[in-house]
Amino acid sequence: MIGSLIEALQYTFMRNALMAGVLVSVACGIIGTFVVIKRIVFISGGIAHTAYGGIGLGYYVRYMVLPVLFAGSAAIQDPRPGAWPLAGAVLFSLGAAVVMGLIQRRTSQRADTIIGVLWALGMATGIIFVDLTEGYKVDLMSYLFGSILAVERGELWLMLALDGVILALVALFYKELVAISFDETFATVANVPVDIIYIGLLSMIALTVVMMMRVVGLIMVIAMLTMPAAIAGHFFRNLKKMMAGAVVLGVCFTVLGLFISYTWNLTSGASIILVSGVGYLLSLALQPLISESQSYSRNQQ
Amino acid sequence: MEQVQELQEVISIRHLWAGYDHESVLEDVNMSVRELDFIGLIGPNGGGKTTLLKVLLGLLPPMRGAIEVMGLPIKEGRRHIGYVPQTVAFDREFPISVWDVARMGRLGRRRLLRRYSTEDNEFVAEALRQVDMLDLRDRPIGDLSGGQRQRVYIARALSTRPKILLLDEPTASVDPKVSTGIYELLRQLNDHVTIVMISHDMSAIASYVKTVGCLNRHLFYHEDKELDAEMLELAYQCPIDLLAHGVPHRVFPQHGEAGPIAVHQLHHHEEVEV
Repeated sequence: MIGSLIEALQYTFMRNALMAGVLVSVACGIIGTFVVIKRIVFISGGIAHTAYGGIGLGYYVRYMVLPVLFAGSAAIQDPRPGAWPLAGAVLFSLGAAVVMGLIQRRTSQRADTIIGVLWALGMATGIIFVDLTEGYKVDLMSYLFGSILAVERGELWLMLALDGVILALVALFYKELVAISFDETFATVANVPVDIIYIGLLSMIALTVVMMMRVVGLIMVIAMLTMPAAIAGHFFRNLKKMMAGAVVLGVCFTVLGLFISYTWNLTSGASIILVSGVGYLLSLALQPLISESQSYSRNQQ
Repeated sequence: MEQVQELQEVISIRHLWAGYDHESVLEDVNMSVRELDFIGLIGPNGGGKTTLLKVLLGLLPPMRGAIEVMGLPIKEGRRHIGYVPQTVAFDREFPISVWDVARMGRLGRRRLLRRYSTEDNEFVAEALRQVDMLDLRDRPIGDLSGGQRQRVYIARALSTRPKILLLDEPTASVDPKVSTGIYELLRQLNDHVTIVMISHDMSAIASYVKTVGCLNRHLFYHEDKELDAEMLELAYQCPIDLLAHGVPHRVFPQHGEAGPIAVHQLHHHEEVEV
């Protein structure tokens, strides 16, 4: 086993994959903690799946629109065809964050229905765009199920930059983010710009989701976003510790999942999710013991 | 001059209509809250207590009428209100300490991108000391009892340094012994701060507050503690039962000519009416 791990690390794609796992886990742990404590798993799912519409649009523009616009020109021979679907995903997920967030804030009833509808519309749009795009679409699956082994060096820098942005935003608006998560009414009365902070949080979720798409795929993004944070929440009753715990757990799950996928030649995204899921179930089973010993030690004080 | 200050109006509500989707829940409500008042607002469920609270917090714009807090429009004036919510619906799992909850009271005083200052921390410590919760400052809020949690929420409101404390059913989720402690605390705090409290706890209303208002679509409030029969009848469908069970005789002020409402009289009144 150890020998095969060392062997695996000799490959650039494996080292890149490991780096990607670590970088994504940072954003995922911090943002996932807010998703869990603010209970916005559903709207996060909506944002993630709507991103597929952007991927479809990206493909369509790259393979159908550009060749028409620049017929015969060398301009469409860009070295990074993957940039188009990625840009589409960013556009759609950010758009979904703003629209769904506003709908949730402005309509008092049935906001979850509307979010569910947008969720499905986003995916359907993506599928139709892909249908309309002729030709080569093999790597579409990689957006749905992840392709961490195909991460390139340039993407690692992009992930690092996104981590930086998310860390900076969370640090700058920490007290407001905590306030709207804990007690929105009180935050409103204190004249915190609750709507802007909330939509900002949803936008950070959108960016995180696009990053994670590379690792586990759109379909499983929500699991990876929530499980490390939920487990950390079983152990820590302090928000910063919960975030740190979620980051560490995310790193462990991705690394372990990757090696399992490498050793037995399994899909990497699914392996990572399965490892996280087993961790989550274990933590659920252990939780009664932990909280008992915690309250015991408190009573002793 | 000092007398004028004592009587300073802190909340003024004039001809207020409020409700949802063009259906009014509150109609022509008039109220004047003066400095160091301790007002209990009672009323049946659906009578508009929550609606009035939302209007007072600037969460629900009035349909008609004017409301001012400290002479300011509500969205500015509400910074003088320390709001204490009900603690019934609460996420025990939320990873936050007593200290961090109480410190949220300083949010309105620290703009975006500003950290809490040492002055903020002093105010928070002072507020927690006032409610006797400073020793438990590092506890996760989910580990507290209902009464302790209510005290933390009061501390959070106090750390805003409010002119007015606005409480929504402060003893809804605690047992009678604990609620006595909370009312005693409120009475002490009332030395320095105006209190408006929504409650359905008649005995507490009778024992601790200075004045009572009844809210059922209309507000019946005469800036005194006398609950006259008319008020109660208008406010409640069956006021007599409530009074007879909830309030012992002695808690009603018995000062002669004003014609205090004794439970007997109400009973009598009811019998006549029915």
